[in-house]
Amino acid sequence: MLSTQAIPQSWGRYPRVKPARVVPIYWRDQLPDLQALPGPLLAYGYGRSYGDSCLNENGTVLLASHLRRFLSFDEEQGLLRCEAGVSLAEVLDLIVPRGWFLPVSPGTKFVSVGGAIANDIHGKNHHKAGTFGCHVTRFELLRSNGKRLICSPTENRELFEATIGGLGLTGLILWAEFRLKRIHNPYIDMERIRYDSLEEFMELCAESDEQYEYTVAWVDCLASGSKLGRGIFMRGNHNRSPDYARKPLPRKLPLAVPVDLPSFTLNTLTLKIFNTLYDHSQLQKRVSKVVPYEPFFYPLDSIHDWNRMYGPRGFFQYQCVVPYDQGYDVMKEILQRISRSGQGSFLAVLKKFGDVRSPGLLSFPRPGLTLALDFANQGPKTLRLFEELDALVRESGGALYPAKDARMHGEDFKRFFPRWQEFMRYVDPKFSSSFWRRMALVPSWEQSATVEV
Amino acid sequence: MVLQKVVIVGATSAIACEAAKCMAAQGAELFLVGRNPEKLETVAADLQVRGAQRVETFVLDVNDVARHQEMLDAAVAAFGWLDGLLIAHGTLGDQHKCELSVEETLREFQTNALSVIALLTLAANYFEQRGRGCIAVLSSVAGDRGRPSNYVYGAAKGAVSLFLQGLRARLARHGVAVVTIKPGLVDTPMTAHLRKGLLFSSARRVGRGVYRAMQQGRPVVYLPGYWRLVMLIIRLIPERVFQRLSL
Repeated sequence: MLSTQAIPQSWGRYPRVKPARVVPIYWRDQLPDLQALPGPLLAYGYGRSYGDSCLNENGTVLLASHLRRFLSFDEEQGLLRCEAGVSLAEVLDLIVPRGWFLPVSPGTKFVSVGGAIANDIHGKNHHKAGTFGCHVTRFELLRSNGKRLICSPTENRELFEATIGGLGLTGLILWAEFRLKRIHNPYIDMERIRYDSLEEFMELCAESDEQYEYTVAWVDCLASGSKLGRGIFMRGNHNRSPDYARKPLPRKLPLAVPVDLPSFTLNTLTLKIFNTLYDHSQLQKRVSKVVPYEPFFYPLDSIHDWNRMYGPRGFFQYQCVVPYDQGYDVMKEILQRISRSGQGSFLAVLKKFGDVRSPGLLSFPRPGLTLALDFANQGPKTLRLFEELDALVRESGGALYPAKDARMHGEDFKRFFPRWQEFMRYVDPKFSSSFWRRMALVPSWEQSATVEV
Repeated sequence: MVLQKVVIVGATSAIACEAAKCMAAQGAELFLVGRNPEKLETVAADLQVRGAQRVETFVLDVNDVARHQEMLDAAVAAFGWLDGLLIAHGTLGDQHKCELSVEETLREFQTNALSVIALLTLAANYFEQRGRGCIAVLSSVAGDRGRPSNYVYGAAKGAVSLFLQGLRARLARHGVAVVTIKPGLVDTPMTAHLRKGLLFSSARRVGRGVYRAMQQGRPVVYLPGYWRLVMLIIRLIPERVFQRLSL
């Protein structure tokens, strides 16, 4: 019986599964009795996870997107407290005019605060600031036994650490408090540098990591041979000039993709954007600009529902991290395989993670190189390529990002997240997701040993 | 129109909250009226963070008509004067239960029509005397034509719409805008039990529309705007044909 809401989907629109029911949560003082609801339960915000970690086939989805209120904002200390369904877009609308910014920004601002915690998201400043979870000071968690627990580094610490990056499996986050970052104005001093090889990318990272808060690269996945890994390196810092504080931000009408398109359109579009930038910077190797924060952080947010460009079959995103003590040979090999397969999106995002540790037990980022790109869903052919890539990631001691995943193996998950057994002690017995059931993990101790929290 | 000091009745309703967020962002002073003190405090905190210069709350069951004047007096005492009043409370009762029970039908009418009319009667005199301001009320597209599926709710909203029409003409010459707001299907707790189709809009979109309509002092606003056309067509269907449609 799915009567009350549109069917929750994930961003990749694969797999297409339905929950048995959707229960909207409207008020913190009027919470549904989780004990009485048929399980398994899972919170859902805006469906920006790519795979099935935000899906709950045949279960009960707790729709958190109506929990959209702020609780308090300490403008002196930069401490914001809000309900879990508040989107980062709404947070930015509030804090940017008052001289504050998100401590960590993902590639889209249309994610919920609860989702940011549950996936322990990262951004272009990972090498400086770590993950979102590093800046969370406390939150309230509703467990299926009806208990409401305040979790922080000093209170219910284990549950705090399990919930950060915990994929929504430890209960329902009701509100969270996190630290913001001071800015002088909403502009970014940005530099775009064309580079021709992975070696050059690594040099740019080494040169930039100290002085630039934000670094990331767009990689041309079609390039091979000596050009392998070529792309555009972007780095930036918050602008500090008082002149820009008075400059109003340009208002843009958002574009939208109203219908499903055949899947080649996105590649055509990204190809165009890349070539324009690449050719432009061919004239000058470096381009420096002052840009508003939105196009710098969220270039794709200006096209609403761009995921529909991949057509009704949906798409995969593959995001891995490969440790750098291995050098970059593994990354080279990964890029080569993708380039040879001709399947990946034309553009990939490459970033060097730093060594700031997250409190999260299942946090994905770790020191190394991370690569993310889209693959249109071409069935077995695409899945076979992923198997090859998995093997490389596995051997290097790397990991895949569950928030982007719709197909990794449970055995690999255990390798990628060695603290999974510890984590499982804090999973709420009534919470689960399609992703979690797919992993089918069985800890070495009995299920009954779950810690009572 | 200046909306600096505004009373919002039914302030915890989803649409009212969204309209209030727009006012808060402009630094308004807001007087929130509702039944549930915890919810009022939750909404008040949110609006405070969003920039409201001042937020006061007042616990009231609108069906307690005897206390309406007390509430208005409290608002005026708190803010000095009022620029606007938004009435947003309402219940979407069970049509079938109403058909079986006089009590149920009258209760629906009491909440959705009589309490509103009572409040308007008092507020109209305040604003008439002040000679400026804006009164906005959430009516409904359901009030445009009686339909078998919800004519009790529809009749109550229709009564409100008609009352507002008259009031608008009366207060226009005193410089007071009276805004009738007719939302279509909105995704709120009130409609949580209904299947969400394409015609549903978000409370956020509708709330912003309410704010704009109040600012502009428009007479009758359908939200979203396409409902004006939908309801025009529905109103034009001849009665004998209408009877055969299951609307």
